[in-house]
Amino acid sequence: MPQIAQLADTYSSQIFWLLVFFGIVFFVVGRGMVPKVMDTVSQRDSQIAADLAAAEAARSQADEEEEAWRKRENENRAAAQALVAQAKADAAAASEKKLSAAQKRLDTKLAKAEAEIADARKTALAEVEDVAADAARDIVQRLAGASVTPASAKKAVKEALSHG
Amino acid sequence: MYQFTIEPMFGSQNWELAGYNIAFTNSALWMLITTVILGIFVWGGTKRQLVPGRWQMAVETFTGFIDDMLEANIGKAGRKYVPYVFSLFMFILFANLLGLLPLGVVGLHPFTFTSHFTITGVLAAISFSIVLIVGFWKHGFHFFSLFVPHGTPLPMIPAIFLIELVSFAVRPFSLALRLFVAMMAGHVLLEVLSSFVIDGTNAGVGFAALVGLPSFLLMIGICALEILVAGIQAYVFALLTSLYINDAENLH
Repeated sequence: MPQIAQLADTYSSQIFWLLVFFGIVFFVVGRGMVPKVMDTVSQRDSQIAADLAAAEAARSQADEEEEAWRKRENENRAAAQALVAQAKADAAAASEKKLSAAQKRLDTKLAKAEAEIADARKTALAEVEDVAADAARDIVQRLAGASVTPASAKKAVKEALSHG
Repeated sequence: MYQFTIEPMFGSQNWELAGYNIAFTNSALWMLITTVILGIFVWGGTKRQLVPGRWQMAVETFTGFIDDMLEANIGKAGRKYVPYVFSLFMFILFANLLGLLPLGVVGLHPFTFTSHFTITGVLAAISFSIVLIVGFWKHGFHFFSLFVPHGTPLPMIPAIFLIELVSFAVRPFSLALRLFVAMMAGHVLLEVLSSFVIDGTNAGVGFAALVGLPSFLLMIGICALEILVAGIQAYVFALLTSLYINDAENLH
């Protein structure tokens, strides 16, 4: 095993050159370059964290603006709906009024017509009574030979009509 | 075993520093290669782009991995150990992986310096010294309370203290030996299997079909396993270091 066989001859050179080269690695690489590399990493990490925070802030602001816009939108919508409802109610009231006026006019026309019909009927009935009374007097005179006064004939006809 | 042999290169076998030999060996060369490639790899991740490319993403994955591991094991105080644990993890990982490269095909001789316990021992000693320094710096002699778990009955304290002290003192050795043994065993296994393939094939068609081919198929699987082990051992070394540092940072 050369590690043991050559130990006495080589230990000093081994240790010397190891200290030289490991020293170079430690001071040049370890202390010179590694902190730079780690610094870059931490800079990047902090930059990423800052960017993320900025993005987060931007998003929350956008959310806020959207919320405000939504609120405004809802208010506008509610106002528009109120306007529509108002217009609807107005229109309904106006048409109601018009309808009721027309109804009233129709009612009066109808009532007048009914009164006219009733009048006509009454006069017609009176004429029927007169004709009936005359006819009754005539019949009585011809059958019984008795003459009846127009007043009593009319009375009898009225009785018969009301009974019939 | 030849693959673990250390050889001075470029005629440097007589270089000395304060009486000690510091020959620039093949082991040192592979440390240099590891250092350069690791430096290039991490340098590619320092472009500081806001949207990372693939390379930067890969480097950031590794730093993030170490950072997460330290934060999970130590807490917020763990961040200051990222440079050390990152260097340790990446150095071992790159050394393990570079040592597995099939460069023998083109005549080069890859060398895995993490398969030498002098190397893993020094790395473990550095980790362990950090634990000791941090522990005594932060807690002073109160650091010894690490060796007395909460709720230990009074008569048991001396025995428990000794056991905990031994288990604490063994840590650098287990840390060093684990990496060294894992890397060396893997390379020896691959070497044995490849000798089966070569010798079996040379011994004739029957041996080639009976020994060479199954060994070759097994070798492919073991190669994949070794790549996994290279990552796992680097991870275990870094993880245990961070756990030991956690003991020093937070006691129990």
